[in-house]
Amino acid sequence: MVTTPLKKALLTGAGALVAFFFLAPYIQMLITALTPKKELYEIPAQYLPSRFEFSNFIDVWSEAPLWGYLRSSLIIAGFATILALAVAMPAAYYTARYRYRGRLAFMLLVLVTQMFAPTALVIGIYREFVTIGDIIPAAGVNTYLALILVNAAFNLAFSTWIMVAYFSTIPVELEEAAAIDGATRLGVLRRVTLPLALPGIVTATIFTFIAAWNEFVIALTLAQSPGIHPLTVGVTTFIGQYRVEWQYLFASSVIAIVPVVILFIVIEKWLVGGLTAGSIK
Amino acid sequence: MSEAPIAKDGRPATPRVSGTPRRRLPDLGPLPWIGPALLLIFGVVLWPAIEMLRTSTLDISMSGISRGFAGLENFQNLFANPELPGILIRTITWVVVVVGVTILISLGLAALLNAAFPGRRLVRWALIVPWAASVVMTATIWRWMLDGFSGILNRILFDLGLIASPVNDWLGTPSVAFIWLMAVAIFVSLPFTTYVILAGLQSIPTDIYEAARVDGATGTRTYRYITLPLLRPALLVAAIINMINVFNSFPIIWAMTTGGPGFQTDTTTTFMYKLAFRFQDIGQSAAMSVVNLVVILVFVLFYLRVVDWRRA
Repeated sequence: MVTTPLKKALLTGAGALVAFFFLAPYIQMLITALTPKKELYEIPAQYLPSRFEFSNFIDVWSEAPLWGYLRSSLIIAGFATILALAVAMPAAYYTARYRYRGRLAFMLLVLVTQMFAPTALVIGIYREFVTIGDIIPAAGVNTYLALILVNAAFNLAFSTWIMVAYFSTIPVELEEAAAIDGATRLGVLRRVTLPLALPGIVTATIFTFIAAWNEFVIALTLAQSPGIHPLTVGVTTFIGQYRVEWQYLFASSVIAIVPVVILFIVIEKWLVGGLTAGSIK
Repeated sequence: MSEAPIAKDGRPATPRVSGTPRRRLPDLGPLPWIGPALLLIFGVVLWPAIEMLRTSTLDISMSGISRGFAGLENFQNLFANPELPGILIRTITWVVVVVGVTILISLGLAALLNAAFPGRRLVRWALIVPWAASVVMTATIWRWMLDGFSGILNRILFDLGLIASPVNDWLGTPSVAFIWLMAVAIFVSLPFTTYVILAGLQSIPTDIYEAARVDGATGTRTYRYITLPLLRPALLVAAIINMINVFNSFPIIWAMTTGGPGFQTDTTTTFMYKLAFRFQDIGQSAAMSVVNLVVILVFVLFYLRVVDWRRA
């Protein structure tokens, strides 16, 4: 295809507009996070504050329980990711390697699970964990364990599906050759299979982590005491005060968003295949 | 033991299989491998679904204690709820408008991102941001930008001469608020949809376009008669996944209006939540949840018919 310089310039211009459109709310988020408290409520709003209050990003740590929110988000997302991966990896490996009885049923179950957001089941999840909490308080409502279990379960499907796709592409001959060379069964997995499936494993890991990091409705429902609020619920507690401290709310949001955007860019090219599970052609 | 690992249906287990992995890797059956996954799915996905169905038939007190079987009373209360008709109409509007507009805009965005130009990679990265960012946080910045007094959108629209006064309570006026909520829902749905359509575009072999060009087809005719038909699978997948996501969407409405004023910007999803956790009517909320679940199941069945899930 021939691309004239004019066409190229037009495309670049359109691209810049599109990029600005998608970034604008986050630029405004950053500007608000850097606005001095006194200038927040001007009418009409100013495009830029008279000066950038960089200290907002320092003060927010003492003005709001940001450490606590961050710690909760890390605990929930971290352990949910470990659990989801630990459970999905063997299931994906076996499903990719063997045609067992119930294989299609298992894959169907996984696919249907992926279609279900926890939002749709939130009432049931809440009642389940109230019941569990009556018997085992350490796993009931208002515990990290409950949040970890829910996040792991609802992200299991994506992880399983994308890893089945990766394991399927690794020729059995490679594993057999390693076995002939004297590698143990675990050795084969560790030194041959897992390294080759690494892009799939990394994608599943990052995606699960981000999904759990951003999860809102279950945390809103199950994490009742402020001590275990993750960032998503924590930032909403800024609202409801008489004068919302928007600068701290958005400083916290920027801190929460930047790392996951970077992680997301890392896995960008592998994502679509996993999210449109079942339709990989 | 020289036979290849042939499955019950007679197909080989994996492509290019020559030996048998079962010989060297002792086969303990699938359970040790898929058992933990099944446990998690049954324990945290299916149990709540069943619990929800059960709850919808119980008479539950404000404090959550069951007072026995209630038959279809919760459903009767739900269908007699005077707020329900408005909420149903809004939910249909919400799904149809958000998904429809998202797909139309995404077709354009995908076409743009499929063309070669300097900086294309940066534009793709910009598109990632609303996808990766927490939806609650995205909705919250929109709420602040739409603030009636100090919101930046009031200022921009006023400076452009589009509004008469720099003070407009966008989110306090139900009909206007709902349009903004849909706009934000479209904003956060665009990245995923664009990426799916882009993947679809990239799967179309370029020689088809060569052939069309040789035959003298113009740009719009090529798009209409070649690109769109070949994009059909990607479009269907994007549409159905979006319908499920948009129907289930909770954080945008919750963070921006909490479904208010009153119930005037609620959809069935936020209404279900409000019934349980604002009005302590667990039974009616469970009934609403069951109705929502049936809607999602219908979408899922459509999805399974559309995609070729057995292939993977």
